[in-house]
Amino acid sequence: MSDMSENLLELKGISKSFPGVQALDNVDFDLRPGEVHALVGENGAGKSTLVKVITGVHQPDAGEIRFQGQPVTFPNPLVAQQHGVAAIYQEPTLFPDLSVGENIFIGHQPVRPMTRRMDWKRLYERAGELLNALGVKLDPRTRVRGLSVAQQQMVEIAKALSLNARILIMDEPTSALTLRDVEDLFRITRRLREAGTAIVFISHRLEEAFELADRITVLRDGHYVGTRPVPSTTTDEVIQMMVGRTLDTLFPKEEVEIGEVMLRVEGLTKEGLFHDVSFELRRGEILGLAGLVGARRTDVARAIFGISPADSGSIWVDSRQVRISNPQEALALGIVYVPEDRQQQGLVLPMDITQNITLPILREFARRGGWLDNSAERETAQEFAERLDVRAAGLWQKVQQLSGGNQQKVVLAKWLAARPHILILDEPTRGIDVGTKAAVHELMSKLAGQGMSILMISSELPEILGMSDRIVVMYEGRVTAHFTRQEATQEKIMAAATGQPFSNS
Amino acid sequence: MTVKARAVPSPSILSGLLLRWEWLLVVLLGIACMVNASLSPYFLDVHNLFDMTFHFMERSLIALPMAFIIISGNIDLSVASNLGMSTIIMAASYKAGLNIWLAMLLGLAAGAVGGLINGLLVARVRLPSLVVTLGTYALYRGVAFVILGDLVVTGFPSSFTAIGQGYVGHTPIPVPLVIFAFFAVLFGLLLHRTAFGRLVYAVGNNETACRFSGVAVDRIRIILFTLSGLMSALAGVVLSARFGSARPNIALGFELDVITAVVLGGVDINGGQGTMPGVVLALFLIGVVRYGMSLKNVPGQIQNTLIGMLLIVAILLPQFLRRLASRSRA
Amino acid sequence: MVTVSEEKKGRSLLLLFAGVREMGISVFIVFLIAAVSLRSPYFLTVDNLVYILIDIAILTIVAIGETLVILTRSIDLSVASTLALSGMIVGMTISKHQGIPPAVAVLMGLAIGAVLGSVNGLLVAKGRIPPIIATLGTLSIYRGLVFAISGGAWVDAHEMPRPFVYLSKNTTLGIPNLVLFAIIVAIIFYYFLNHTRTGREIYAVGSNPSAARVVGIRVDRILFLVYLLSGTLAGMAGVLWISRYASAQSDTASGFELQAIAATVVGGVNIFGGSGTLPGVVLGSLLMGIIVNALNLIRISPFWKLAVQGFIILLAVVSDALLSRRLQQAGASEGAS
Repeated sequence: MSDMSENLLELKGISKSFPGVQALDNVDFDLRPGEVHALVGENGAGKSTLVKVITGVHQPDAGEIRFQGQPVTFPNPLVAQQHGVAAIYQEPTLFPDLSVGENIFIGHQPVRPMTRRMDWKRLYERAGELLNALGVKLDPRTRVRGLSVAQQQMVEIAKALSLNARILIMDEPTSALTLRDVEDLFRITRRLREAGTAIVFISHRLEEAFELADRITVLRDGHYVGTRPVPSTTTDEVIQMMVGRTLDTLFPKEEVEIGEVMLRVEGLTKEGLFHDVSFELRRGEILGLAGLVGARRTDVARAIFGISPADSGSIWVDSRQVRISNPQEALALGIVYVPEDRQQQGLVLPMDITQNITLPILREFARRGGWLDNSAERETAQEFAERLDVRAAGLWQKVQQLSGGNQQKVVLAKWLAARPHILILDEPTRGIDVGTKAAVHELMSKLAGQGMSILMISSELPEILGMSDRIVVMYEGRVTAHFTRQEATQEKIMAAATGQPFSNS
Repeated sequence: MTVKARAVPSPSILSGLLLRWEWLLVVLLGIACMVNASLSPYFLDVHNLFDMTFHFMERSLIALPMAFIIISGNIDLSVASNLGMSTIIMAASYKAGLNIWLAMLLGLAAGAVGGLINGLLVARVRLPSLVVTLGTYALYRGVAFVILGDLVVTGFPSSFTAIGQGYVGHTPIPVPLVIFAFFAVLFGLLLHRTAFGRLVYAVGNNETACRFSGVAVDRIRIILFTLSGLMSALAGVVLSARFGSARPNIALGFELDVITAVVLGGVDINGGQGTMPGVVLALFLIGVVRYGMSLKNVPGQIQNTLIGMLLIVAILLPQFLRRLASRSRA
Repeated sequence: MVTVSEEKKGRSLLLLFAGVREMGISVFIVFLIAAVSLRSPYFLTVDNLVYILIDIAILTIVAIGETLVILTRSIDLSVASTLALSGMIVGMTISKHQGIPPAVAVLMGLAIGAVLGSVNGLLVAKGRIPPIIATLGTLSIYRGLVFAISGGAWVDAHEMPRPFVYLSKNTTLGIPNLVLFAIIVAIIFYYFLNHTRTGREIYAVGSNPSAARVVGIRVDRILFLVYLLSGTLAGMAGVLWISRYASAQSDTASGFELQAIAATVVGGVNIFGGSGTLPGVVLGSLLMGIIVNALNLIRISPFWKLAVQGFIILLAVVSDALLSRRLQQAGASEGAS
């Protein structure tokens, strides 16, 4: 498509797989000096993996990287850095106790030639110059602790400049910024582009990509879909490219009688995270909570489960208003939450299957004096492990030895054993194999059929469309759309999830 | 049916039986006894064996809750100071004319409160237990000195000193040993047979997952530190009864022995693992080794050196073995 | 433009307070001095103030070593035992070889401390033993070794060579030697922490260990270094201690590690690493010294010393934690608004 010599960086046929997942499959990507190249795609499309290949964090299984036309390998981040690659992440990685200037130059501080004494004067002068060049009003002598995320990102950018970065990767830099901060960031990004820096810009906000980028590359399910120059493409076309799959995987949500309202959330607000979130969930219903990374769906779920309660708003369970200030209270109301991060939040990895399944309901097996009735405990664990079809050598097996899919089944078994009325699932099929995925969907359908109410957070549109009776879409901490199963299309949801004005076309 | 719970015996149980840390401790204990027997012909005498236990029952009482605290992923450096504070409160109020048994209850309550303060600072203020108990380590010992200065309280009634010096009826079995045995079984059952014990392991292995599972983590931590304070105070009762006196520097440095015994007993210093039998074995191992050194007139200061080395080796050795194992597997 | 808006003013004020911890201690010290001198007129005499400075000189030297360790999120409980062991070895050596000049004795102390400190460093950096456990172990090992080499005996004033005893009694240019030693150490380490790359790396390691690895700082080497330096300073302090008190005993400086840690955290060094300044630590030592001195002067029993120290440690740590939590909350709610 483009002239070889024109490209600063060129990736051809990059593939990368992790156990059980083909993260990148034959992906092409190229980058010219002085352009902003946006990389877009659904969650799990492979954007982050591609970035990590460019920054030397991951090494590709196949494919070729060319830098200024010459084949190169980036065996570690340091080599990539020496080629002028720098990255800015969503969460800045700075030293909060050190000053802005020191953070910019950490690892390559200027020192006086003879004495090796730190040359503070030059450090702050040069830091000031870099910040000035970015048009940032920030005293290089202030400490980083206490700076806003936006300011910290400016420090990261200045740090990249101090390393003479020619390629700057910005991974979701705007997700934690206010609108005004975003404008600042864009101004700076444009200035860098004018100075000849090549910029890879990753964002889930399509309008940002269109505002800033010269070209947009779309990834889907680890595949390269295409690259479009911005003036000659449209939001609709890019959304089409992002979701473009036919609904080949069918999800077996059975038709069940939808009953009375079990859970009602009204005006739920947590300062800085989500605002005025309202929805209701009925008996036997699966409510899909759609959105992209940073939509704050998980924070809403955690507020309902009492892990970090909301500041204001009300929660009604079974048409009674309730206060849930910790998970114990949520459990007592029959609400359970299956977190996305199974390893950290869902399981006690060094303990066995039985012990994990009975963890929330251990009191049920306590006889007089707290004595644990091991056989009753094992029977319950056995019952739910069988129901979930956990594949293991035995219940004594430590959970850390199980596959991802089986770990997820143990988490589900654990929460079903608590016999909930309201089940909140956070990305229930993320990172598990196809077979387990189907089993999880079948189970959800069955549970709904038995009258359970399910709130499903998912970033996979086919899953949302296939499983949900109704769909709530969130964007930036606010509910942007409600759809019934019949109304919903991938395009409508994606538009609402990327903050596009809703059009009924 | 895919989960075969009873059909296949757990390999971890099989290899576990043979490779348990506890067996190593049994062997070491045997060796230590043989060395002591060779040092003194009277060592293996029944009366002597029983009397030997007088010397380390107080530390052992403190080690029981310490095992819980370390398994739950924390540490309590203030135990010996808390012992000092609660014992001095007991002794001072006795001296001031309070009935000895009421004074004892007051001491036990003071110890529990001291532990509760640790627990609240750790669980509610979310401070690292290490820093909290380092502070109360100084504070509690200081309180003991403030109350009593350099005085000594003596003249406890013989009904009281019997707790620390007496024997059960006409048997050669010391009262402190019986007290310890009672609590060792109690704490052992609590750790290995009750829901509470299970949760202590779970919290030590993954606190986050426990919070997400509705486990009342903060309450468990507060209970454990309070228990630790209470048992320290009880150890102080036994110790002052054995000495027949109480002074503010009582049990100075006990925390070292206690933590050493718990770690040597196979409790992971990072939490999540360990057994009560292992801890009890380690307590007896250290007790026998110290007794042997006393037989050879090794001064206490030098005994501490060896215990300190034992502590470091007890942590380094499993790490070293694990590294060896992972290397041979690779 | 990235600017600070009005509603963040409260937060900046809080920041200002957190940033200028030295100011807070100074104000507290002034109040304390005023209060004590009202009760005891002798307090504000030159004699007494010089006495306080001499009294805190050794504490300051040890606290500076402890500071380096705490800055990296670690702790060194063995400093008092290191001090005692170094003091005992040097004391026994000079009592046998009276001709050894005081300077050589000091160098001996430095070397012994360096060896003992590097053992801690190896245990923590290579052996990956939690710092508190490793140094709790060496605390009793080193203390026991003091007893082992001395056989429980002590080195007396009359066994020490005159020049050695005068090392701590004399003045140079009108400044007591002990105070001079403390000033020199403070200046050297002020320079080290603020004007060398390694010094800055110590802060970086404590501030964000994983980021430190990312930017290529060798965290293990930094950990080893801070323990080495902490031991070295404690070793030197041991020599000064036996010179000042003209005796070396097996319980020399028992419990002194607590005073060092208290001076450090009171001086504003964050127990969670990454922040704290040397002037702050010097002020922290001064505050501890004034408290002890004041307790004596206003005739409060010395038995209060330990309890007051423990209370001050807890107070400093709790207020630090609450303050930093306030700051974090302020930062979080702003970042995502």
